[in-house]
Amino acid sequence: MFAYIVRRVLYAIPILLGVNLLTFLLFFVVNTPEDMARMQLGAKRVTPEAIEKWKAERGYDRPLLWNAQAEGAGRATQTVFFQKSVRLFALDFGASEDKRDIAAEIGERMWPSLALAVPVFLVGLAVCVSFALLMAFFRATYLDLWGVVLCVAMMSVSTLFYIIGGQYLLSKLWHLVPISGYQGATDALRFLFLPVFIGVVAGIGASSRWYRTLFLEEMGRDYVRTARAKGLAERAVLFGHVLQNALIPILTGVVAVIPLLFMGSLLSESFFGIPGLGSYTIDAIQAQDFAVVRAMVFIGSVFYILGLILTDISYTLVDPRIRLQ
Amino acid sequence: MPVLLATDVLVWLLVAAAAAYGLHCRRHEHLAAPWARVFRSPAAIASTVVLAFYFGAGLLDSLHFRPQLPQKPDAGQKVYSVEVLSVLDWTLAHLRGRTEKTYSAPLAIRSFAREQVELPGGKIAREFPRLQFGGAHLAKEGHWASDVGWRVFKGLGFAAAILLAAAIGMRILRVRWPEVPWNAAVWALGGLLVLLVPALVLSGGYHVLGTDKVGNDVFYQALKSIRTSLVIGTVTTLVLLPLGIALGIMAGYFRGWVDDVIQYLYTTLNSIPGVLLIAASVLMMQVVIDRHPEWFATAAHRADAKLLVLCAILGLTSWTGLARLLRGETLKLSELEYIQAAHALGVRGSRVISRHILPNVAHIVIIAMVMDFSGLVLAEAVLSYVGVGVDPSTSSFGTMINSARMEMSREPVVWWALATAFGFMFVLVLAANLLADAVRDGFDPRVRMAGTPKAVAA
Amino acid sequence: MRAILLPVFFLFGCAEVWNDPYPASDRGQKVLYSVFSERPKHLDPAQSYATDESQFTMQVYEPVLQYHYLKRPYQLIPNTAAALPELRIEQRGGETVSVYEIRLQPGIRFQPHPAFVPGNLTLDRRQVAALASPYGLPLGTRELTADDYIYQIKRLAHPQLQVPIFGLMSEYIVGLKAYAAALKAAARPSEWLDLRQHALPGVERVDAHTYRVILKGRYPQFQYWLAMHFFAPIPWEAEKFFHQPGMAEKNFTLDWWPVGTGPYMLTENNPNSRMTLVRNPNYRGQPYPSEGEAGDAAAGLLADAGKPMPFIERAVYTREKEAIPLWNKFLQGYYDSSGISSDNFDQAVRISLEGEPGLSPEMEANGIRMETSVEPTLFYLGANWLDPVVGSAMGGAAAERARKLRQALAIAIDWEEYLQVFANGRGVPSHGPIAPGLFGYRDDAGGINPVTHEWKDGKAVRRPLATAKKLLAEAGYPDGRDERTGQPLVLYLDTTTRGPGDKALMDWWRKQFARLAIQFEPRQTDWNRFQEKLRKGNTQLFMVGWRADYPDPENFLFLLNGAQARAKTQGENASNYSNPEYDALFAQVRHMANTPQRQQLIDRMVDLFRRDAPWIGGFHRKSFDLYHGWLGNLKPNEMADNKLKYLKVDPERRAAMRLAWNRPVLWPVLLGILLAAAAVVPAWLAYRRRERMAARPVPAAGA
Repeated sequence: MFAYIVRRVLYAIPILLGVNLLTFLLFFVVNTPEDMARMQLGAKRVTPEAIEKWKAERGYDRPLLWNAQAEGAGRATQTVFFQKSVRLFALDFGASEDKRDIAAEIGERMWPSLALAVPVFLVGLAVCVSFALLMAFFRATYLDLWGVVLCVAMMSVSTLFYIIGGQYLLSKLWHLVPISGYQGATDALRFLFLPVFIGVVAGIGASSRWYRTLFLEEMGRDYVRTARAKGLAERAVLFGHVLQNALIPILTGVVAVIPLLFMGSLLSESFFGIPGLGSYTIDAIQAQDFAVVRAMVFIGSVFYILGLILTDISYTLVDPRIRLQ
Repeated sequence: MPVLLATDVLVWLLVAAAAAYGLHCRRHEHLAAPWARVFRSPAAIASTVVLAFYFGAGLLDSLHFRPQLPQKPDAGQKVYSVEVLSVLDWTLAHLRGRTEKTYSAPLAIRSFAREQVELPGGKIAREFPRLQFGGAHLAKEGHWASDVGWRVFKGLGFAAAILLAAAIGMRILRVRWPEVPWNAAVWALGGLLVLLVPALVLSGGYHVLGTDKVGNDVFYQALKSIRTSLVIGTVTTLVLLPLGIALGIMAGYFRGWVDDVIQYLYTTLNSIPGVLLIAASVLMMQVVIDRHPEWFATAAHRADAKLLVLCAILGLTSWTGLARLLRGETLKLSELEYIQAAHALGVRGSRVISRHILPNVAHIVIIAMVMDFSGLVLAEAVLSYVGVGVDPSTSSFGTMINSARMEMSREPVVWWALATAFGFMFVLVLAANLLADAVRDGFDPRVRMAGTPKAVAA
Repeated sequence: MRAILLPVFFLFGCAEVWNDPYPASDRGQKVLYSVFSERPKHLDPAQSYATDESQFTMQVYEPVLQYHYLKRPYQLIPNTAAALPELRIEQRGGETVSVYEIRLQPGIRFQPHPAFVPGNLTLDRRQVAALASPYGLPLGTRELTADDYIYQIKRLAHPQLQVPIFGLMSEYIVGLKAYAAALKAAARPSEWLDLRQHALPGVERVDAHTYRVILKGRYPQFQYWLAMHFFAPIPWEAEKFFHQPGMAEKNFTLDWWPVGTGPYMLTENNPNSRMTLVRNPNYRGQPYPSEGEAGDAAAGLLADAGKPMPFIERAVYTREKEAIPLWNKFLQGYYDSSGISSDNFDQAVRISLEGEPGLSPEMEANGIRMETSVEPTLFYLGANWLDPVVGSAMGGAAAERARKLRQALAIAIDWEEYLQVFANGRGVPSHGPIAPGLFGYRDDAGGINPVTHEWKDGKAVRRPLATAKKLLAEAGYPDGRDERTGQPLVLYLDTTTRGPGDKALMDWWRKQFARLAIQFEPRQTDWNRFQEKLRKGNTQLFMVGWRADYPDPENFLFLLNGAQARAKTQGENASNYSNPEYDALFAQVRHMANTPQRQQLIDRMVDLFRRDAPWIGGFHRKSFDLYHGWLGNLKPNEMADNKLKYLKVDPERRAAMRLAWNRPVLWPVLLGILLAAAAVVPAWLAYRRRERMAARPVPAAGA
């Protein structure tokens, strides 16, 4: 097990390198440091000297990928790519292009993101599992049929409509919650109610239908039939056997998502004005702040890989037959 | 002068490929059987009818040309406009040309916004002016109700006539294919016709679904947006399929370092947050396009190139799911005895793949294609909303939602643009989802697919 | 059932708002609620250059001069200075120099700040790391001296700062360019550069409260710069304090935490969501102005005359990126004033019978008020002078034809309609390069552009399209076809706009050109590429804007100066217009005082501009300030940014209105609960039935 984890962590390094190179290329193939400088410096009274100063200050005055002027290894190391990537692997994110410390910023913005993402995740899971369980319980009745129809209908609505509609009704018409914004501590509840509610509702369709399929599959198994033949009550079969066994694929499937909760939600955060990591990323893309984009992509990939490892581990935990080599 | 846009070519190629596949299936019993199973489901047949309407509109909108400018007597050669129109534009010319000044409600005859009007006495008043086109044929405003009623009645009459003809036609089809639930088709067609035909009749004199901020007809915009959705939903799979199939099967069949490299590729791609990857790629490609205006003859060509690039990027970033599935399936298949036997007999790898493996994973590919469609349509809306989607000059549901969103905070609310986008999109995605379900059930109910591309999940 | 409904009835009873986005502790206090949409990039007075940054910096930093809040035309008055600066023209070293001598009021003290406590200048990393805010340390203060102003002028040449006006100022301030080079040589990375050790010849300290700035030649516009934050005081202690190790990692920098003498200090600094300005306890209490324009007294703007400012205890700025929440929160009473968006214009504003915009009756009933003013801005459709089709740089007959083409376009493109459709009338079409409200602008019959408009019944009316068509034919394009080739004339517009509203805008442009049967092609590109095209002179038609730095016509007229041509000198003349006659007049006008003679010369320049039409029309933007009745002393002032100190709020009235506007609507909640309950009943029945049934076959998985 330990050896396995070490191997996976080592395997992550080339992946992170690849990710880093890809973002670097995507950003700099068309967007030269000079473009970035002009973007940051604005339109009024920009002189070539100011641009040079800006580049030098942020270390963009070196060649991008290959330094022909340098000697030996310096050809590869005296470059923007190398200098910027090495720091990332040491988890030193540096400062954004407008000179704010990225690590401090992430530390600050992580909490609003989590405050939104974790409740959406937990409440969503609980609601969807219960709904799916209900549908499975009432299988082959009109309740099940309409449940599935409802799910497909809910899946067919774009998230944008949920958000726009929810804001319009709950905030504008009914004055129940603030339309947007965020405050820390206990005040957060008022601001989070609507985005969490919408996040959960938007996810019900796809997840419930998927979980229902899992439950039905489980119900078709022999042991369930045996249990029922023994005269066990339907309720006992459902909660005693089916739920327990069907939860395994659900939970192992869900483990991969947990680390990514840190990254926040891009759409909800920008719609509801929540100062989390999701809106940080969107802002950075719009402002072409490469330092921030690179850091966020890096963290995102780390969490993704972490999710993969967690999934593997959770498999062994729930099913002793699987061994990690 | 006909104009061939890149996406037009691809769309028509896809149509041809689908037709060829259909003919191929008809000749081979084992290929036709799952489709027969699919079309035994009433939901599938009803959604096919609905989708046929969408595809019809989209295909009409994929035949482009440049209209000729009025010929001058002395000039020798013909001169063409730089504006590119489609056959759909041409059929709906009455909708395209009739732009009002600003918002008007569905079927309204007066503008939605007050305007400064000079009264006969020279005084200036602020009132709701009559629309330039909507209801302009009415001599008196009081005739509105009767005129609308009459048009709806006429429309329903037409609809009934068409439906009757269709129902008779289906009776004949029922003789040939008795197991298909034709009633569902008639119902779906009936529903569509009852909504659509009166709307078309009304659109002759009114803005059926109102007008937007600069007075464009919303109904026309919605019809124009259909093509964008369809192109995104279908052309993307054209990019995605070859990559997913080739890499997935290669990884599963050759194993070893090939498998390692391919797995590395898709883990790397997957580990970049989806929207970030798409946004960065789209922004990059847009800069490339914007840097080279000389590549494109007209603005339409440029907008089309952006659409194509968006499809390509969506395809390049979402082949990983399919590849992973195919890899697993190929791993399983190559353990089978007859494939091991083929190996033992020294059959070449490429031949084993094309003869034995490909046909056996084809159902997964078909299911993936159908299931991805609705996800891609939804993804387009979100991306256009975020600002990394289609060119702003291209009509799409995403751009419609984006511009309509501001209107929700007006008082009174301008609801029609948003409601139209919602309705058109909902029906399209619902039909696609229902068909996808039926296809999956018909082919292989055990294939598990997370049907949504990365962008929407974020 | 009853148990479920009880809490709901309890909720009905609450006479409180549920959607208040502020903490309950704020209620009833003299707090101003406002917004910012863009995250500020710099709050350092030497580096900041954006208007949305100055709403923070200018409440904290005090330049020596300020604009009079009420008087129009805009007038400079002393702020921290004892009087307006004395200007002497001298000869030094054989050259003419202008010497500005500025005397400060004694006794002005800085805000409480840790930098003024000597012990805080020698912190170690650990102590810094433990801080939540710089204000967590012991606070001190000291008196403002001339050295603080001198220090900031030296900072304009600082090698580690991006100073946007360095290029401009090094042309004028004696020795600034050489000073920058000397500092660059003296600077050590990551070490604090003590500017007190390096002398700048262009500034002289006379005594503790007096200093002089020495400029090369004449530059009368310099007095306006003295009212900007570039010339605010910076205490050296603040620079030293923020240069201590560990500060930058916590975002404790002078760029984020301003230190000033102004009425407010920035105590909460979270550019992602909230900035809070708190009243500076050391503020000297400048009196509210006691004179104003005619009508100000009637409007109640002089009621507080002579009272010590500021009137508001705290100002909370919330970041609001989206226009919808902003507007809705304003209507709900959670923002005290609102920048009004065009989409909501019709809801808010109606044109009264006199043609003047006024509020809609609903809003007036709610006590909302509105102020309008024309901003010192100009947005114009520029034609590239170097372009072979629309430009006239080539001279000769071709230049004359291009001029006619531009004039035809200037008539055909209906800016009045543009403003109606896209800005809901929030702007006035321009007739010349100078914005209204500035010296040199004329709003009488002589102020209209005779090429595009004529004067009818006391109003400017756009000339008929026939005139444009005639000009177009004279230009060699009858009916939009090139006479010589028969090909249709295609014109290209370079733009950067890429929002979803673009489609409408491009449709509008197409319509304008179609009036002259000209084919129109937009060339959309990103911001950088657009700027690059302008720099290289590769554009044909393009749309750009300019906002004046100070209220002097020179700040607009120089945009057409041939020496400023963008393609040649990277200057601000984006259309590369060059006309020797214009340039000669400009050289005369730029250093003149506002005399009738200056007006005469300006009129001649404007006439040249109208005839040549290097800009094919444009507009001056109008700002609409909508604000609630509980906000007092608000008067639009396009030049002054330090407006917060004049404002006052009435918190009781605000609380009452908020309560009236935001009563929660509870029937949907009730309905939701009832529906859920109703859904439980059939489920319960089905459950009972199911329980009684034997095992039944399981359907296939899937839908």
